This record gives sequence, structure tokens and C-alpha cells, in this order.
Amino acid sequence: MIVRLIASLCAALLLAACGHAPRVVTFHAEDNPEKLSAWGLFTVADGRIAPHEGMVTYELQTPLFSDYAQKWRTIWMPKGVHAAYRPNTAFDFPVGTIVTKTFYYTAPAGVTDPQTSNDVVKMTPATYQTGVSGLDLRHVRLIETRLLVRRASGWVALPYVWDTDGRDATLARTGADIALTLDEGGKKVSFDYSVPNQNQCAGCHAQDFRTRAIEPIGLKARNLNRDFPGEGGEINQLKRLVAMGYLTGVPASGVPRNANWQDAKINIVDRARAYLDINCSHCHNPTGAARTSGLWLDAPTVDPRLLGMCKPPVAAGRGTGDRPFDVVPGHPERSILPYRLASTDPGVMMPEVGRDIEHVEGVKLIYDYILTLKGACTEDDGTGPAAG
Amino acid sequence: MTKGIALFGCAAMLALVSGCGPKVDQQGFTVDPDFEKNLQQKLLDAKPGSVIDIPAGKYALSRSLSLTVDGVTVRGAGMGKTILSFAKQSSGAEGMLVTGNDFTIEDLAFEDTKGDALKVNGVKNTVIRRVRAEWTGGSKTSNGAYGLYPVQVTNVLIEGSVVKGASDAGIYVGQSNNIIVRDNRAEGNVAGIEIENSNNADVYGNIATGNAGGILVFNMPNLPVPGSKTRVFKNQVFANNHANFGAKGSAVSSVPAGSGVIVNSNDQVEIFDNDIKDNKTANVLISSYYSTGFDTKKGIAAAYDPYPENIYVTGNRFSGGGEDPGNPTLVPLKAVNGGRLPDVLWDGFTNPKIKDPGICVQNGAAKTLNADGPSKFAGARIDTGRNCAPATRLPAIVLPDAMTKDSGAKS
Repeated sequence: MIVRLIASLCAALLLAACGHAPRVVTFHAEDNPEKLSAWGLFTVADGRIAPHEGMVTYELQTPLFSDYAQKWRTIWMPKGVHAAYRPNTAFDFPVGTIVTKTFYYTAPAGVTDPQTSNDVVKMTPATYQTGVSGLDLRHVRLIETRLLVRRASGWVALPYVWDTDGRDATLARTGADIALTLDEGGKKVSFDYSVPNQNQCAGCHAQDFRTRAIEPIGLKARNLNRDFPGEGGEINQLKRLVAMGYLTGVPASGVPRNANWQDAKINIVDRARAYLDINCSHCHNPTGAARTSGLWLDAPTVDPRLLGMCKPPVAAGRGTGDRPFDVVPGHPERSILPYRLASTDPGVMMPEVGRDIEHVEGVKLIYDYILTLKGACTEDDGTGPAAG
Repeated sequence: MTKGIALFGCAAMLALVSGCGPKVDQQGFTVDPDFEKNLQQKLLDAKPGSVIDIPAGKYALSRSLSLTVDGVTVRGAGMGKTILSFAKQSSGAEGMLVTGNDFTIEDLAFEDTKGDALKVNGVKNTVIRRVRAEWTGGSKTSNGAYGLYPVQVTNVLIEGSVVKGASDAGIYVGQSNNIIVRDNRAEGNVAGIEIENSNNADVYGNIATGNAGGILVFNMPNLPVPGSKTRVFKNQVFANNHANFGAKGSAVSSVPAGSGVIVNSNDQVEIFDNDIKDNKTANVLISSYYSTGFDTKKGIAAAYDPYPENIYVTGNRFSGGGEDPGNPTLVPLKAVNGGRLPDVLWDGFTNPKIKDPGICVQNGAAKTLNADGPSKFAGARIDTGRNCAPATRLPAIVLPDAMTKDSGAKS
């Protein structure tokens, strides 16, 4: 009897060791597990993917565009530690923090196995999911889940691509290309969804070329400073993080806030700046990879010249599209900025990675923003009184 | 032996089963997702001191390669033997992007990248040796912008390399310091070799021909550091008469086709002991930013110095050139010098706050045309007051020993 009990216990243990993923979030201090399930972040069952205890779903005021992929973002920290507020950069997160971002699309109605569908449809209000209690997978094509893990040595970025059976995802350090066809309300666009390789993750997340240290991009005060459902109801996300013990040091006032790029009630300059901040400023900032261009699009930059006004390009090459300046006030059709945002040519397009199709609504926003700008790019040929 | 056969059998079976083994495309390039994945994996897993050998072969790649690790050497079997083609590239703004210190790449070729061929950003100690960057369809605006492109790098050596067809500059050293560019061939680019906003550069032993402009030393506004102190010597700069096929608005699009060596807005530049001939606009051009047409009152940082100063042209062997300026506005100036522009063309803009711009030409019979740009060429004249020399000459560039050690050319 006892022998049998021990034997069955052993069998159970064995199963647990090699067959079952942990049921609780599990920080790996050094190794990079082959399977996403080893992190114990999610339960995939009964047509749902659900987050485990302690994971907080969050949303940004204005998100990065990634080929119309829908995104579900979570953050988790070990018990007893918390992040420290910083006004302009990502918060200072403790060792053990795990940030997840799951990229997915909505599959067309009637598809029986959405996870094997390479046909996807553009999100509508009806297919939007907050992700607060996970995702209803009945119409979801999971693509990839990216982890940002804060280890003692710093952050690491790990891209996991979802398996065709939709039960688990597999580490893809060299990235992957996934051929999809997006239905944009009738117009079908075939494209290669590109999962970045680990260096390309760093290409955006290392925002200071001197340290080359990886940092989260979205987890800044100005992006999180908004209401969103979750624990405590639909409340300000920073307040939620404070209430849950995940964040300290948030000042009572003066917390920066980016605009919601789609909120027509907000003036277009603020919306455009929010869009440029989240889509461009991880490189286009004073210490980022594109510091060499002299074009800085981060939210704190105010000098019109650094924002591209009448500024000749430095090393755009054919990325100029035969246009003279980054931004010509009132003339988006003569400005380089919207040209590169609209392009899908790898030698021209911006951002350089993570996009294979045009973000029509985003380009329109930037176009309209430039239309509202006043002034003219008067040539200085050195012969007038301003010379010298 | 048995093991080899077994492995081979296994690989063959795998290829059969998966149906995605290597294929060869119509241009003779091997399309092998596993090769590409393995190569990128090696770049991810590299440790300081790693040497990544890429065997001879023609490989078609689909996305950018990238390296962030310090101290890595990437080595092929020769620029004609190990060829990475990006003609089918679907993502990535360059062929290879490097952000690791102490990087060496040698003996391989990048072909037909959509953007730049090789970019190295913000590091120390970069060696690019016997690397070919080429757009194989000839000189086209749709080609990638830069061939070999270190930017904000301290200590740069580019030698024995070949760059053809770049729609901006073939070899482009930007915002860098302590640089040697030697013994390269730049042909059929908009600009052959360009040193921009960089300090302390030696450019020698190169051949620049068939570009719109041969060798450029430029300063652009709105960048952290102005460039100065470049020596251009012992180069062959001839017949750079290709039409300028750069996209409008790009920095080199203002270069008149037919330019040999151009100094724009840069200071302390020496041009000596070169063979410069048959460049149909002029063999040497010295100009300010005002002549580029890019200057705007709003878009240029106040600290920017648009004037070239302390330029020394001496001991070059000039012949031919100047007969057919690539920029129509320059054509009437031919009359000032009996039907051709002389060997040295200077736009004549000077900083009113500085007494002597130090534009010095001591080059035998070579004449200097001061175009009098500030008066829109009204006072264009052969300037006989340029017979001067700098008080001291620039020293030779010295790079760390480890960078100049060459294990030898691959056959």
C-alpha cells in the first residue's frame, strides 16, 4: 500500500517535472527556457488564455503600431519589491520583474481553428479585448509573446512564437517571418509579420547608445497615465500600480501624460507628438540609435528644428523621397517624415523594423499635423543680411 | 566516415521530410532559411574573441543581420567568394547592423541591400577590410544609400574594399574620429568616399572613378560635432562624371556631376599628392553650405559654421576636367578661364568675422576660380591671392596596433 502510494507520488512528481508547466509565475534568473510555459505566466484552457496571479494588464495612451496587431500587455513583480517612479524614462523596476506583450490578430468569423489561420482581420470595437482577465481565444490568432525580464545584470528581451496548436510558444531568438493576409474591411493585404530577433529587440529597447542597456519603452509615466479597468475598477493605471504595491514615488501632481492619438477632442499637435513619441523616439532621442540624424521626436523635445522643422536630412539617402526637409510646415506632401512613415520599402521606411504595412490612420494624423504647422522654409543662400 | 554518411543521410532525410532544405534561385544564390538562422544565431551567441567564419558561397538572405557583442570578427573566404545577397530582403534597413566595439569584418561581399550595406553605430575600433558592397544592377536611385557606413565610431579602418552603385556615398564615415580609409575602390556611386562631420581622417591610396563626386569632405548642420582635420592624399580621382542619381534632398544630391574632390563647410583639410583628372565640373571644389541649396533660416543650428576654412591644395597632378560643369549655373563661369573651369573652384563665401579663410593653393600651374557666390557670381575671377600655406601640417593618423594587424588576404 505504502509502496504503491510512494510509486504514484513519484509518478506525479515526474509528470510535474517534465510534463506540466508551473502554475505560478516563475522568474528565471539566468536560463532562457525554450517554452513560454516554463515561466508559468498563463493558463491556456477552454478557449481562453488567462494570466496568473499578480500579473497586471495595462494599456498605453498611444501605442506603437505593429502591422495592426492587437496587443495584450502585462506586468508582474515578485512579492515585496516594487518599481520606483521616474518622470521621463521607464520606471526603475526591481530584479524579478516580468513584462509580457502578446501580439495577436482576430481571425475571420467562421474559422474553426483560428490558430492555424493566416487570414486575419483588422480590429473593430467589437473585437477589442482589454485582456484584464485574459483573452477569449475563440477568434484569436496568437502570433508571439515577447518577454522583458529584469535580471540582476539588466533587462533581457525574449521573443516567443506561438505554436500551431496554440497551447504554448517557443523561443525564437533569431526571430521569424509569418506570412499573413489582413482583411482591412474588404481590402486584403498580404504581408510578412516579422518577429524581431533578439538584437532587433535591443535595437528599439536600448535607448541609450552609451550603455546599450535594454529598458521597457511603454512603461513610462506619460504612457501609463490613464484610466483602465482592472483591480480597483476602471481607475488610473498609476494609482492601481501604487495601490497594489508595485510602484512608489508617484508625485501628487505634474505627472506627464501623452495624448490618446485617436481622441479627436484633443488638439492635433498633442496627438501627433504622442504618436511620434511612441513610434519613433526609442531611436530618435538625444541618446538613441538615431541621435546621429539630428531629428529627435521624444515627448520632452520642444525645439522646432530638432522636431524636423525645415531641417535638411543628414543621412536619409533615398529615404528623402525627393523632398527637401524633414518637415515643411503646411506641406506634408513636401515633408520627408510622412513619406518614410507611409513607405514599406525596407530601405526607406520608418520605423526600420516591426512594420510591413502602412498605418494609414497614423500617417494621416502626421499629415494633418504638418498641415496645421505655420511658417515657411525660406532658403538662406548666404547673400542676404542673415548670412553669417 | 560512417558518422559522416550517417549525418548526411539524416540531413537529407530531414530535408526530404520538411521540404524546406536549401534551394538555389535563378541567380545562383542558395536560399536556405537554416543558413540564415544559423548565421544570425552565431551573431547572437558570439562572445568577445569569437571569429565567425562564413564559408565560400552565394547566399540569399531575407532580413538584416545584426551584431551587438564586443570583440567579434566576421570573416568570409574572399569578397568574390563569400557573397551575401539581399536582393530578396524583406525587412531590415541594412544588410548588417553592428553596435559592438572592436569589430572586424573582412573578405566577404554584401550585394543589393535595400538600405545601407553595412552600418556600424556608436562604438570604438571598427575594421572593415576587403569587403565589397555592391548594387549589381548598376547606378540607380533605387539602390541602398550607403555601402560601408561607420557612424559615431572612434578609430575606423576601412581598407582594400570595393563599393559600387550606392545611391548616396559608397564609403561614408560619419561623425567619427581617428580614421584611415585606404586602398579602396569606389565606383559608380553618387559620392565615392565621404568623410562627414568627422575629425582626424587620412584618406589615401584609394581609387575613385565613375562617381558623380569622387572624394567628399563635408560638414552638415544640426549634428553634435563639426568635422575638421582630414588629409586626402595619394589617391587616384579620375573621371567622376556619372550623372548624380541621388534622391533630391539627400546630402549628396547637390554635388555637381563631374566633381573630383569636394570640401564643403569643413575646416583644416589638406589635399596633396593625388592624381586628379578629367572630372568635368572641376578637379577640386571648395564650397560653403550656402552653395548646397539646403540652407534655411529656420532649420539650421545657430552654432553651425557653413564656411570652409584652412584648406590646403598642393602637389597634386591635375589634368583635364572642367570642360562641362554638371551644374548649369556653373557653365557661364567657364568664360572666366578661357572655356574651362580651372582645377580649383571655390564658391568664395567667407565668414565676415574671420580675416583670412585660409584657402591656400600651391599647386604649380593650377588656377583657382573664386566664383564670388555672395554676389551671385558677379565678381567671378581667377584668384591669384591663394598662394599661401598653413603654418603647420596635419599629423598622420595612428590607429591602435591591433586594428592594423592583417591576417592576410584570402585568395
